[in-house]
Amino acid sequence: MSLQELYQEVIVDHSKSPRNFGKIDRASHAEGYNPLCGDKVDVYVKLDGNRVKEISFKGNGCAISTASASLMTEFAKLKTIEEVRKVSDEFQSMITHEDYEPHMDIGKLAVFQGVREFPTRVKCATLAWHTLKSALKGREEIVSTE
Amino acid sequence: MLGTTRIIQSSDKPDLFSFKNIRLDFPILEEKVHGKQLVYLDSAATTQKPRVVIDTLRDYYEKCNSNVHRAVHYLGEKATRGYESSRKSIAQFINAEDVREIVFTRGTTESVNLVASSYGRTFLKPGDEVLISYLEHHSNIVPWQIVCNQTGAQLKVAPINDQGEIILEEFKKLLSPKTKIVSIAQVSNALGTINPLEKMIPMAHDVGAVVLVDGAQAASHMSVDVQKLGCDFYAFSGHKIYGPTGIGVLYGKAHLLEKMPPYHGGGEMILSVTFEKTTYNEIPYKFEAGTPNIAGAFGMQAALKYVSGIGLDNIAAYESGLLQYATLKLSRIPGLKLIGTAKNKACVLSFTLEGIHPHDIGTILDREGVAIRTGHHCAMPVMQRFGVPATARVSLGIYNNREDIDIFVEALLKVGEIFR
Repeated sequence: MSLQELYQEVIVDHSKSPRNFGKIDRASHAEGYNPLCGDKVDVYVKLDGNRVKEISFKGNGCAISTASASLMTEFAKLKTIEEVRKVSDEFQSMITHEDYEPHMDIGKLAVFQGVREFPTRVKCATLAWHTLKSALKGREEIVSTE
Repeated sequence: MLGTTRIIQSSDKPDLFSFKNIRLDFPILEEKVHGKQLVYLDSAATTQKPRVVIDTLRDYYEKCNSNVHRAVHYLGEKATRGYESSRKSIAQFINAEDVREIVFTRGTTESVNLVASSYGRTFLKPGDEVLISYLEHHSNIVPWQIVCNQTGAQLKVAPINDQGEIILEEFKKLLSPKTKIVSIAQVSNALGTINPLEKMIPMAHDVGAVVLVDGAQAASHMSVDVQKLGCDFYAFSGHKIYGPTGIGVLYGKAHLLEKMPPYHGGGEMILSVTFEKTTYNEIPYKFEAGTPNIAGAFGMQAALKYVSGIGLDNIAAYESGLLQYATLKLSRIPGLKLIGTAKNKACVLSFTLEGIHPHDIGTILDREGVAIRTGHHCAMPVMQRFGVPATARVSLGIYNNREDIDIFVEALLKVGEIFR
């Protein structure tokens, strides 16, 4: 595994100019933090029914964590909560399982496959996804209590 | 001229030790990492071990292994003799007045915790203050927070300037008769700043505080004389001074150790036990409950002997030359910002590269065989003070040379290529 395979063009591009970067007002929000390296990400989600209507993130992290958050927001927009969950699990499995075999097409997110070879960087790639899951849960909890 | 340093460039000490062949003493430096020669620049996290330390550990287990202070048999006596001989070497190494002032611990962290728990919990009262600095490692922050919570004492923090130096006037202002304990690193692990303890300790004593010095990052870089420093406690670790992990030292003035209650209860730390009353052993054994890291003590003695053979003053001079060289090379890299530019610094270079996260720098350098540390270095308040979440850190030891710095700088240029 070479560095170029880890830092693919798409990853470098998204890390330098992250998409959907910033705060969304009155959105459901969760904060993710990796105490090992100090990476921090805030994910904001607005739902329309069970569909992600708006999504953004803010944070301070390495190229892998920033690009992962950026590509995640691109992907999750207009998807249903269920679709996001499935892809999140697939993504997790792709970068943690040595004998990973794809169950579904995850599009551009596949550029993170190389992260598997860099165990110390796995958490960088998954931080945004964990945070999104938690933001979605928050939304559901709010919905259920109202 | 680039390449291996042959003679130390210090005009006032012409007969210095030659560091050229020192690398041969460290077997790990032969290792290849991702097909490249290992360049180890993370000695502030832990130093590599010379063969003599590794051999000592093996010899101990092959020829000596036995419990200390218990058995009357041959091996038991031999192990006890070696263990106590290590204590003597440590006392000499830091010039303690009395060998009973040397307590074996697992490392600096445990040493600080021992003082915080035993001394702090006994003598701190509500309204008292503990003074630390912004430069401290978490291990010299959290134990004091815990004991302050338990006793109602308050934690005060001396600020640092933009160079990463403690502001002495502010330090002085924070001292008052309420200050009971001052705990300060001799050298900052995150920035390399060497603190002016010769000024700070008398200031603290003037208000009646006891002073603990966290020497984890200092003991391998400069000669330490606890009597000259005048500190009340001094903590350091074996593994940061070319010795094994899991062994460390707490030096404490005898009259203080004597009035402190035990830290852990168990075997070794008692004279007699009945269910009604236990009589504690004398210092330092009162603080050494349970079977200690005997092999570690042997290994630490070997490490101190090795380091003393080179000479701490020689090491300080050699490393100072390396630091100057590395600082100059780094200052020429566009977008690189050094964090921590104290006038008086040990061999640590913390930096950021514009637009590139330290974590990415660390991964890319690793593929070039260059080991550096990235992150907050267990000193998050320092990072916050400089407004960065993390830095990349190069820390040097006696086995590093200019060639290492050159390889590192070249690898750093690759980082720029990937993020072009």
